[in-house]
Amino acid sequence: MKARVSARQEVLKGLWDQNPVFRQLLGMCPTLAVTVTALNGVAMGAAVVFVLVCSNLMISLVRKWIPGQVRIAAYIVIIATFVTVVDLTMKARFPELSSSLGAFIPLIVVNCIILGRAEAFASKNGPWRSVLDAVGMGLGFTFGLTFLGSLREVLGSGTLFGVTVLPSWEPWVVMILPAGGFLTLGLILGGVNLITRTVEARRRRAVVEASRVTARIAVTGIAPGSPARGEA
Amino acid sequence: MDLLLIFIGAAVVNNFVLSYFLGICPFIGVSGRLSSAVSMGMATTFVLVMTAMVTWVLQAYVLGPLRLEYLQTVAFILVVASLVQFVEMVIRKTSPPLYRALGIFLPLITTNCAILGLALFIQLRGYGFVQSVVFGLGAGVGFTLALCLMAGIREELDLADVPGPLRGAGITLLVAGTMALAFMGFAGMI
Repeated sequence: MKARVSARQEVLKGLWDQNPVFRQLLGMCPTLAVTVTALNGVAMGAAVVFVLVCSNLMISLVRKWIPGQVRIAAYIVIIATFVTVVDLTMKARFPELSSSLGAFIPLIVVNCIILGRAEAFASKNGPWRSVLDAVGMGLGFTFGLTFLGSLREVLGSGTLFGVTVLPSWEPWVVMILPAGGFLTLGLILGGVNLITRTVEARRRRAVVEASRVTARIAVTGIAPGSPARGEA
Repeated sequence: MDLLLIFIGAAVVNNFVLSYFLGICPFIGVSGRLSSAVSMGMATTFVLVMTAMVTWVLQAYVLGPLRLEYLQTVAFILVVASLVQFVEMVIRKTSPPLYRALGIFLPLITTNCAILGLALFIQLRGYGFVQSVVFGLGAGVGFTLALCLMAGIREELDLADVPGPLRGAGITLLVAGTMALAFMGFAGMI
């Protein structure tokens, strides 16, 4: 039972608490470059999920045989192999998508998320947990990219996944230009921080409230709301 | 003239950071102080030019003739990683003060996507050797320019009253967006 709960947490932490896009600011280059449309975001996310899961699994399997000094080079070769697999597959199966993502598919090799998870997680944990971690982080990344891509596509061209959603909308061309990427992500980060702060402040207030109640019980021996004395 | 166009194109018109989004991680991470931004920019420029030379030769004389193009990604990243290691060793031997100034930034350059991106762009556009070197130099100058501008702005920003949730990365991205808008003005130059 305990193992299952922690397995779920392993996946869930990547979605919000340690979301690679919004919280850790990893993999910024593809995040900003390809999110002109929602579809691009999903495709990039899927490619990263595949590479992340495969490389995390592989690295956690061979982690005991890699000498410490050359581990980064070994990780990069493993990652580059899977990236080549994705690149060639996409070129053969989805030529259109592959050309709209351009050089950013091979550039997954230097995406800090993948090397970061390899170094921080897969090199220290077993294969099963490493895969769970990769799935969580990959889905978190996909979620971030899709969200950003949807926002920019709706505002920048009035469509979502190529379907018109805002018929009489004067498109904000800046949203699909590089500048729009920076501005949108900056504002989203502000929003995420605002949400986190509000939630945390509320939680802290609740904790303070609770501790005040316990302190009072300890001092007076009376729980609040109990009718024993007229002091309240 | 052709070379000049490539240089200006890579340095300002299609600035690597502000219009291709390459090298965003150091752009946000190392742009806090002007002095470290200059050092980082110089080191990156150096590695960019070296990478342009080595990967061009590798592609033209090894991968191309042997029909090993599918190994491109793996081969290029290994070149970049070993180049960075090599540069680090050379600088440590020849100029200890420069090594101390750049020290921590050098290993970071391996995962700077501008480097691998440059190697891939050179192949996509079919540049010759001299063109590749000029392209690398232009990209490096453009990266340094963007990094230094950002560092200058952020040093001033420390004194500004930024709304709480936007402090840190948020305001940096907004400033970068404004800079990207300004750089769009160069689009008519070529």
